[in-house]
Amino acid sequence: MSFFFVSEPDRRLIPASGLRGPVPLLIAIMTFVMVVVAAAGLALANTASVVRGGVESRYSIQIADGAAKAPAVLAAARAATGVSRAEQVPPAELRLTLERWLGPVGAEADLPIPVIIDVDLKPGADVRVVSSAISRTAPNAAFVAHRSSLAPLLKALNGLTILAFGLVLLIAMASAAAIILAARGALDTHRATIEVMHGIGATDGQVARLFLRQIASEALLGGLAGAAVAGTILGLILGGAGFATSLAGAPPLQWKDAVLLALLPVAVALLATVVARSALVRALRERL
Amino acid sequence: MLVPWQGGPRRATAWMRGREQRLAGTIVEFDRVGLRYGTGAEVLRDLDFRLNEGGFYFLTGPSGAGKTSLLKLLYLAQRPTRGRMSVFGDELAHAPREALPLYRRRIGVVFQDFRLIRHLSAFDNVALPLRIAGHGEAEVEGPVREMLAWVGLADRASARPPTLSGGEQQRVAIARAVIARPELLIADEPTGNVDAAMAQRILHLLTAMNRLGTTVIVATHDLGLIAATPGAQLIRLENGALVDPTGALRNPPGRPAEQGA
Repeated sequence: MSFFFVSEPDRRLIPASGLRGPVPLLIAIMTFVMVVVAAAGLALANTASVVRGGVESRYSIQIADGAAKAPAVLAAARAATGVSRAEQVPPAELRLTLERWLGPVGAEADLPIPVIIDVDLKPGADVRVVSSAISRTAPNAAFVAHRSSLAPLLKALNGLTILAFGLVLLIAMASAAAIILAARGALDTHRATIEVMHGIGATDGQVARLFLRQIASEALLGGLAGAAVAGTILGLILGGAGFATSLAGAPPLQWKDAVLLALLPVAVALLATVVARSALVRALRERL
Repeated sequence: MLVPWQGGPRRATAWMRGREQRLAGTIVEFDRVGLRYGTGAEVLRDLDFRLNEGGFYFLTGPSGAGKTSLLKLLYLAQRPTRGRMSVFGDELAHAPREALPLYRRRIGVVFQDFRLIRHLSAFDNVALPLRIAGHGEAEVEGPVREMLAWVGLADRASARPPTLSGGEQQRVAIARAVIARPELLIADEPTGNVDAAMAQRILHLLTAMNRLGTTVIVATHDLGLIAATPGAQLIRLENGALVDPTGALRNPPGRPAEQGA
């Protein structure tokens, strides 16, 4: 017999508390926090992925005081095996960047600026071959991978993503602990009924089934409510996601992320059911 | 079909013993049974006795003699801490707890405090053993109505225990205990809370069950009840031990010995 099928007379044995008990509210709050934190984790993971993808094959050639060598280095870079694109960053753009950092002095023409050439490599290209080709033309040129410059940022994004998913796990564990307490509390509340049932010959499975259905349905209701509130708030926040999209180059949450988040309350209900069953059977085994 | 426990040789031995005992008509056998709670002193000591199938037994003794503890052993709410205890021919002192529900379904118990489920109707309380045993509603309705009529509560089927009198609750408890036609019926002070007329009526119900073949064990202080039950035997406890350490059961005072056990 399914654990969730409980006949009407059996349901009368353990009167349902409806939504009056603390379990639905607790699960709703836990699920709300879980969905928000999981959404943040997914957004961070997506951002990290976009940033990593954007810089994975991008390099810069930097030549200090090397304006004269720039055309030759650019030609060498374009001719090197494995290079898909090589473009010199316009000096005006560099001065604009400097101006942002240094103020008007950054735009002065007598301030020396290096030559910077952005290079994109083809997938699987050998970096050492390209680097050698450039060194032969300009021995003092630096060949720098963008991912080295962005390593601290990527590390921080990865760390925050792991932290977010760790928090989701912690919240899930806290939910499980709350369910265990609720299951044990339900057994204590109905101790007299359970003793009579055991005395008459009920098995642990028969007793556990009565409580399990109730706990599972309360967890599902609470989970759906919490997820609905979280979804609404996230929708409102991400409604103005144009800025985030322009910043990261992609929407912070994809459709597959939305599906994952929507499945969270179901996962919470399943977790509650499994944990509650285990807690109930263990608690019942303590009795003869 | 009962599956008492796993373990080949032990199970086979138990089955053989059970078969012999069933042939001999023994439903309960205690062999040097002792019981203690936690690390306290033994509340039951060296109990040696046999109860025959179809017998009617009274369990008597002063308060604190161990009657309730002995009843708990009999209805499998406790295990002995030593000795061997055989019920329905199977050694149950060390049987796994998963095996016990099927044995409990063969035992009816009338508790002194009734232990009715307060939020269920009289009908649902009486139907509980049948539903637990897996009977469908079609098999429950008729027998429960019949049983409630038998105990005189046909018109109180939908009443909940708090709205019933003590005597009515007692009869609901008896109806619940016998609805599944138990082989062993255990009643703890079944007349302790009722007047003389109701006590007679309850005794009538118990003897009727006994005539149908159920072995009945009644714990009581009521000498009138004992005297009014022909053919019954006495198990007398004092300080946790049988008064007659040989395990021989006595007939009620003033009655000739009809049979020994």
